[in-house]
Amino acid sequence: MFLGIDIGSSSSKTVLIDREGAILGSEVVNIGTGTNGVDLALDRLLKKTNVQKERILYRVVTGYGRMTYQEADKQITEISCHAKGVAALYPKARTIVDIGGQDAKAIQLDANGAVENFIMNEKCAAGTGRFFEVMARVLNCNLEELANLAATTTEYVPISSICTVFAESEVISQLAGGASLAAVARGAHVSVAKRVCGLVKRIRVRPDVVMTGGVALNQAMANCLSQELELPVVVLESPQTVGALGAAIFAKECYEKKL
Amino acid sequence: MEKQSSKQMLNDILKRHYEDAQKAKAEGRPVVWSTSIAPQELLEAMDLTVVYPENHAAAIGARKDAPRFIENAESEGYSADICSYARVNMGYANIKHSDAADIPMPDLLFCCSNICYTAIKWYENLSKQLNVPLIMIDCPYNYSYSVTPAAVAYIKAQLLDAIGKLEEFTGRKMDWDRLREVMRISNETAMWWKKATDLAMAKPAPVSGFDLFNYMATIVCVRGKQEGTELFKRWYEELEERKAKGLGPWDNAEEKYRILWDGIACWPYLATTYKILKKNGINMVTSTYPESWTLLYELSDLAGMAKAYGSIYASLSMEYANDRIVTRARNFQIDGALFHSNRSCKGMDFKQYEFQRQLESELGIPSTIFDGDQTDPSVFSEAQYETRVQALVEMMEERKQREAMK
Repeated sequence: MFLGIDIGSSSSKTVLIDREGAILGSEVVNIGTGTNGVDLALDRLLKKTNVQKERILYRVVTGYGRMTYQEADKQITEISCHAKGVAALYPKARTIVDIGGQDAKAIQLDANGAVENFIMNEKCAAGTGRFFEVMARVLNCNLEELANLAATTTEYVPISSICTVFAESEVISQLAGGASLAAVARGAHVSVAKRVCGLVKRIRVRPDVVMTGGVALNQAMANCLSQELELPVVVLESPQTVGALGAAIFAKECYEKKL
Repeated sequence: MEKQSSKQMLNDILKRHYEDAQKAKAEGRPVVWSTSIAPQELLEAMDLTVVYPENHAAAIGARKDAPRFIENAESEGYSADICSYARVNMGYANIKHSDAADIPMPDLLFCCSNICYTAIKWYENLSKQLNVPLIMIDCPYNYSYSVTPAAVAYIKAQLLDAIGKLEEFTGRKMDWDRLREVMRISNETAMWWKKATDLAMAKPAPVSGFDLFNYMATIVCVRGKQEGTELFKRWYEELEERKAKGLGPWDNAEEKYRILWDGIACWPYLATTYKILKKNGINMVTSTYPESWTLLYELSDLAGMAKAYGSIYASLSMEYANDRIVTRARNFQIDGALFHSNRSCKGMDFKQYEFQRQLESELGIPSTIFDGDQTDPSVFSEAQYETRVQALVEMMEERKQREAMK
């Protein structure tokens, strides 16, 4: 068995694969680095798959919390792990858009699935999952409701502020001015899509485009991104665990190289 | 007696540089503030004492002392989007003390716009605020591949005009023989600087590239002095000796990857940025930034000098800069490139996305960009830097393995 662990800023993910590379199971816990999220994600995974810890031959950790996690054999960046995971699940992918809790990145893949180039957001929460959390708080709903609201309309209130803090006050004044909740929710999605699109276009965008990360669970967001990029955007079945899957595949490769 | 090491010489020169400026001020001799790549030959030939606010701001930045100067300048109304060297220096003009180093207030300002156009307004404002004269040498940005004859003539005319103004300011005539001598020394210093830094073409490089950043302070402030020539000649000899012995940059680590650094150093995190590279076996073997002081020209007349100052890295067209970076990548056999997207200097950094594309398409060299600032410590994030550097290593390693398989 090989274990991949992805410790993000707002969630912890684990994936277990066997010697043939088949996925045995995966787990997501919605608390990230600095919490016991990673232990929970591992315990639950082991229970679910009925695997003893001792049977894990190699483990690779990735994500924002990778540096401080002590129990892995190796740490690899989320850039390489996402590329690895996507290439395994969807070999036609040439561009990955990954939007997580606190960063957004675009990765360009070559025909072998190797990272050709990548770009990440600046030191700023605009265009990341955090932006949705702030918006949901303003609209007094949870993230799922925010996505559902956005899906009910194509009309939107444009949010011009790049800064998440200013966008919050902008939205409050829009609501005070009578804008509908749905139009504001849609506006938040369009705003993130535009911001991410600006980032993605700095590298060459080549189809197929695959979206990963927690924000990809939000179908309305994938649609907005597809509209902005003017390209179809593929969302994989379990977009949150792609990085952990990549880490697990690396674990298998590292182990085999060692033999 | 044992020869002084270049490191000792460097420290002595810098110490003396700041002490001499204070002494000049105390004795009533005028002090000049100058931009970093200005034709200092004229000032040196006139025997004027010169300090460099950019150097000084970098020293303040490296000490993480910049924020209070920045806040002071911003409270005066300067925008947070202005170059932080400018903001640190404008703040310093009010506060007048930093533990990093002190410089006396200027009696004359000397500005050359080849480095950027912010410098023009920065020095104009200082001139107005401090009520001291300003000599401005305007160098147009080159949209053409090289500096046009018209631009050369324009800059040369300004050099002559500046000489007239300096004669008026000092009440002395320019000694043209002395000027020729200073021009000769400046070229010789620049030549040894180039020879020393070019030794990093060897594999492994006998020098840790961050030393270029350490030695830079002196190429800025003693380029026209004999001691500058001696310093870089000594440095060259030391590196040549290491190279002959086949020694790499470090005694306790191996040079696994060679990279190019683009953009000004991230001074507040010089040690952090360096250590993370070293930890990954990365040696920065060349950089577009320190290369800016390789100012070489024909000594015969002022036109050559005008051309050299008009054609520095920051004022050259995209096409020229692209060719230069690709050539540099080839000559130094780099495996990757690291771009410092410096919040303060978009004039230098706007080319970076295109450079990335060129390096990738021409040479298949991967690269990454990180955010930071030359003095403001709030822009840089260590975790972001480390992730990007590590991802660069993973890309470089992947390519090395693919090459090995061929």
